[in-house]
Amino acid sequence: MENQSLRLKLRVWRQASAQAKGNFETYELAAVPVHASFLEMMDLLNEQLIREGKEPVAFDHDCREGICGMCSMYINGRAHGPQRGTTTCQLHMRHFHDGETITVEPFRAAAFPILKDLAVNRSAFDRIQQAGGFVTVNTGNAPDGNAVPISKIDADEAFMSAACIGCGACVAACKNASAMLFVSAKVSQYALLPQGQPEHRDRVLSMVEAMDLEGFGHCTNTGACEAECPKGISVENISRLNRSYLIAQLSGGGTSTGTNTE
Amino acid sequence: MKLDSKIPSGPLAERWKHYRSTVPLVSPANKRKLEVIVVGTGLAGASAAASLAELGYKVKTFCFQDSPRRAHSIAAQGGINAAKNYQNDGDSVYRLFYETIKGGDYRAREANVHRLAEVSASIIDQCVAQGVPFARDYGGMLDNRSFGGTQVSRTFYARGQTGQQLLLGAYSALNRQISKNQVQSFTRHEMVELVMVDGKARGIIAKNLVTGELERHSAHAVVLASGGYGNVFYLSTNAMGSNVTAAWKAHRHGALFGNPCFTQIHPTCLPQAGEYQSKLTLMSESLRNDGRVWVPSHAEDAQAIREGRLKASDLGEDRRDYYLERKYPAFGNLVPRDVASRAAKEVCDAGHGVAPTGLAVFLDFEDAIRRLGRSTISARYGNLFEMYEKITGDNPYETPMKIYPAVHYTMGGLWVDYELMTTIPGLYAIGEANFSDHGANRLGASALMQGLADGYFVLPYTMGAYLSNEIRHAAPSIDHPSFAQAELRALELQNKLLAIQGKRSAESFHRALGKIMWEYCGMARSAEGLRHALGLLESLHQEFWSDLLVPGALNSYNPELDKAHRVADFIELGRLMVWDALTREESCGGHFRVEHQTPEGEAMRHDENFAFVSAWEYHGPNADPVMHSEALNFEEVHLTQRSYK
Repeated sequence: MENQSLRLKLRVWRQASAQAKGNFETYELAAVPVHASFLEMMDLLNEQLIREGKEPVAFDHDCREGICGMCSMYINGRAHGPQRGTTTCQLHMRHFHDGETITVEPFRAAAFPILKDLAVNRSAFDRIQQAGGFVTVNTGNAPDGNAVPISKIDADEAFMSAACIGCGACVAACKNASAMLFVSAKVSQYALLPQGQPEHRDRVLSMVEAMDLEGFGHCTNTGACEAECPKGISVENISRLNRSYLIAQLSGGGTSTGTNTE
Repeated sequence: MKLDSKIPSGPLAERWKHYRSTVPLVSPANKRKLEVIVVGTGLAGASAAASLAELGYKVKTFCFQDSPRRAHSIAAQGGINAAKNYQNDGDSVYRLFYETIKGGDYRAREANVHRLAEVSASIIDQCVAQGVPFARDYGGMLDNRSFGGTQVSRTFYARGQTGQQLLLGAYSALNRQISKNQVQSFTRHEMVELVMVDGKARGIIAKNLVTGELERHSAHAVVLASGGYGNVFYLSTNAMGSNVTAAWKAHRHGALFGNPCFTQIHPTCLPQAGEYQSKLTLMSESLRNDGRVWVPSHAEDAQAIREGRLKASDLGEDRRDYYLERKYPAFGNLVPRDVASRAAKEVCDAGHGVAPTGLAVFLDFEDAIRRLGRSTISARYGNLFEMYEKITGDNPYETPMKIYPAVHYTMGGLWVDYELMTTIPGLYAIGEANFSDHGANRLGASALMQGLADGYFVLPYTMGAYLSNEIRHAAPSIDHPSFAQAELRALELQNKLLAIQGKRSAESFHRALGKIMWEYCGMARSAEGLRHALGLLESLHQEFWSDLLVPGALNSYNPELDKAHRVADFIELGRLMVWDALTREESCGGHFRVEHQTPEGEAMRHDENFAFVSAWEYHGPNADPVMHSEALNFEEVHLTQRSYK
């Protein structure tokens, strides 16, 4: 296993800019070490392209340890590739076989326009967060961290929702390109914590409104988002959001009364 | 140049309180007219930008990532220290202060570190109020753990994703200000020049990384929160994009660079597997709370393991050397990072390494699993074990992890005074980008604390001292000649990089630079090796500027051009680090000069000659840098040889 390497054929989506027409290009790599990560394989491809005087493939990446959410890529028809619970940067070549043809595309969604090749613009996610993904508290106003006890169960559950890395795999995986898993995860984190209660209903309404404005599709409960989420964010968050949204709409927004989720 | 650290007078514990009560204020009406640029949106940058905007300043933030949420603070795993003493185990502001000074091997400023310890508790309160889901115990109270060489439990955490949760908290505060138009956020932008007007920092030239266009942004003050420079080693635990360019531009304009050679090599990282490798992954140091570090006692056994003829489990207790427990019985596996890293290097250099490269030691959970059960270990470290398996293909529940030290953090950075201002008026540096609080070695869970302390609780006060004098001036027009000149410099540099049209990629130069730095300016440094490195770096510099190949064009999405620009700055920085390491003829913290060690092989400081901060002045890429020094006066702490035995 130690020195094994793979010969691979790559079909990679190339697109010069948002306006340009894109197409697949095929490249061959002679020796990809099995212990390399998928992005390191892409590095090898780019080194090869540079040597051949061609332009390297643009792709987003940063931390390369599965937490920043910058890497994307739709690999063989799946967001972040074939491994469950894994971002592209943590996907290793040992999960592919010698001689395989790998198809690499960008995350595709109307709300994520392609910038170049495999890099897409996900700033719609930032704008949704700006619409209400926060607790209104200025620096310096906080009471002691232990002033309000929070049950371990709620804290743990809030953490599970907060573990979202904002990569957009849920949108890419959804046939409707819905952002419900992303939005509901943030709404849930605050819904589960006492700090999030005062603004809960307004938050739900404004984040959903922002999501709709960005052109994301509707959720039809296929669960594809959960299946492809590298952090295992649960679709239960979506149910929670739907309940909260309904109640907030019926009550005409405003503050909630302090029960835990609705 | 006379360095004025502006440390307030008076009793140590009263200084910050007194400073805060007497620092000049800016009225709300004037704050509206004052503009601040913040470069970098990690813990320091995002918290500063949000807090300054809450106060009423007009703020612009810049990050090279596609969202402020992705800054590399997000990857911090272990936790954040705060002197809350919730565990009733004897913690206090003084103890946190003392341990940070001692852990830094007495090369940090007392007044800064005391302030850091003082504000640490407020950080936790602030984050809880923002909805950061810290770990809690069954009664609903915040949970703590002991971390990285401390004897009290003062570390707050959110599983192995503390940095992520804290950053998302700061990002949410930032988002709130963006929604109120108090902050304008520029993503996929990189600062490529600093703009000076009449000797003051008055703006930046930022490159739009999507279009390639250069943009002019003016302000009354500029804050660099652009992180550390560990990527000078090519392989490090930093993100791929982490770079020194913003700080280096400031340095070229006259901001002194403090203690550049102080880098932290983290003991628990995944070892390098091959040449293709692009980065090293940290395994949280919290693993050392339960894992035991060992290598085979006999070099022959180690060789058999390297060649696959033996497995770890084939070796009984009598054939294992738990070298940290043996050498440091008081702290055992929890000795500070620099000590643990050097010890690993030592055993591997002696032929006891366990990976095919010879560069790895075991981190073993067998005892812990036997003592606590698999489910407890899984609750504590499940996500880390999963990550390990994902990367290496090995299951740490069954076979010990293999770890090796890797570059993780840089204690050095832009020199700043007590107010966090660099030697350029109006230019501030916060978080990892400055040199200030960790001395020669940073304690675990203290980086998050410092980043947020600077951003939430220090800078928003200290900037008033400068900005209160700026209320009479409008921010300069971007048509000012200084902006045109700075933009031209940035443009010329990019054209120069594109015009070389040699044969080697920026990546290949970066790798070569990393090898030189790791070999000669890494865990062990000698005068001879450092002098040799200066020669190698000079050749590399020449080759870079004659044989670099950057494909693509100007004014386009061209990551190769951006990378080449960063590598060019890293090469210059590398040279400065070597100079600093050569000049500091002592060992302290992460800086280990082989000529200066105790008979037992521990770091030997020379306080009589080196109890100072080195602050370097730039004189051009080929000229010798000039060192200034700030003497460190210890009034409270008595300097001793660190001992963890």
